[in-house]
Amino acid sequence: MDILQYDFMRRALIIGIIVSLNCSTIGLFLVLRRFSMVGDTISHVALAGVALGMVTGIYPIYSAVVVSIIASIGIEKLRKSYKEYSELALSIVLAAGIGIASLLISLDQANTNGIMSYLFGSIALVTKQDLVMISIIGSLILLMVIFFYRALFYITFDEESAKYAGISVNRVNIFFSILIALTITLSMRIVGILLVSSLMVLPVATSLQVAKSFKGALIYSNIFGLFAVVSGLVVSFYLDVAPGGSIVMISLLMLMLVISSKWIYGKTITKRI
Amino acid sequence: MHKIVLEVKNLAFTYEKKCVLKDINFTIEDGEYVGIIGENGSGKSTLLNILIGNLKPMHGTVNIYAEKIGYLSQQVRNFNKKFPATVEEIIAANLYSEMGLFKILNKEHKKKIDYVLDLVNMKEYKSRLIGNLSGGQQQRVFVARLLVNDPEIIFMDEPIVGLDEDSIRSFYDIMDKLNSELGITIIMVTHDTMTMGKKAHKIISLQDTEMKMHTHNLQK
Repeated sequence: MDILQYDFMRRALIIGIIVSLNCSTIGLFLVLRRFSMVGDTISHVALAGVALGMVTGIYPIYSAVVVSIIASIGIEKLRKSYKEYSELALSIVLAAGIGIASLLISLDQANTNGIMSYLFGSIALVTKQDLVMISIIGSLILLMVIFFYRALFYITFDEESAKYAGISVNRVNIFFSILIALTITLSMRIVGILLVSSLMVLPVATSLQVAKSFKGALIYSNIFGLFAVVSGLVVSFYLDVAPGGSIVMISLLMLMLVISSKWIYGKTITKRI
Repeated sequence: MHKIVLEVKNLAFTYEKKCVLKDINFTIEDGEYVGIIGENGSGKSTLLNILIGNLKPMHGTVNIYAEKIGYLSQQVRNFNKKFPATVEEIIAANLYSEMGLFKILNKEHKKKIDYVLDLVNMKEYKSRLIGNLSGGQQQRVFVARLLVNDPEIIFMDEPIVGLDEDSIRSFYDIMDKLNSELGITIIMVTHDTMTMGKKAHKIISLQDTEMKMHTHNLQK
């Protein structure tokens, strides 16, 4: 296959597979906890982290990881302080992220001109360093989710009862916040900061249309996510468009297909009855 | 003589300078069926929250002499009805602490899940989505979720609120079975004074911060 002759494309596909598994898995817990907007907020904060890295000469993913983890834990703490207005916590952190990012970008335009590749994702700019880091951290995230699967499931379904079942809810929540931050910062290289939250939400939304159990929802969202990322990267290569856009549009198309086939199938059944 | 499983001494609780509970003293023995009754705002749920350790009393002590307790909160049925989880997955969540490193269900766990679902007459619903069940069936699943941990005492806060008559009847039948056949101590906050009058061994009645206790001579 032509596409696999290129080093950068092989790297992008490996990273894409890891990123899609991370996003769909973490995304399922996020959506079911009604925290879909958390992905959007953290990704905007990650932009500040990337800009900080570019200005100071640090590898941007490292700085984005640190800044996003701090923001993610901050959201979790603010969520408790503003229990009745949890979306306010997200708005506060998002405002801080965008504010800092725009200041840094405008103060040092010379060093931050590569920021566009982080906004919409890029295949050609994926480096070996990206591949190594994303593979290690991405695999660790998946292992951690397997290890904390039951606790995360319990907290997602019923936080109060989880406490009485002996799960240290606060600790698991903080830990999960770190996993969210890591997933977003790893994914932004391929999908882009502006579209990473879509990759966490769309495959999950599609899976919820067909799943008959939690395990089923997890498997389906991973399959949908994987298909969207791999086919999106291929489309991006041949049409020379930003990978983030093609991945998200394929995810959206899958969601629309599933919803419309469910609708048509439902109509047929009703007619037969 | 039955052993004491719960002992409350000189308990008092104040909320925003208003006395909610004072001089509460009682003991509950192993295998008793206890109703905590009273008007709205009489402090029933506050007392229950103190008993399970959710609230700290201003005065007095609560001693529980049981290794495992279960708690069915009033909010337990306020979950996301579109949550894609089966009855089996919901119950398996309570086996969390008994599972190994990677939290995989083994044969014994599956047997135990079948057993508790059988106790609440919900075995055939094992693979159904929890959100697709009726309120009464969901409540029975949540009771089964507690049972899977072999609790000696089960605390419940208004468990029949919002249930239809048939569901209430079958819920009480299950409580009778758990209490008389398995010997589980049941402590239930409820408005249903009539049923408690017939079924409970003890009734703790709260009124204007004070407590009265009626003991029935029903056979345990």
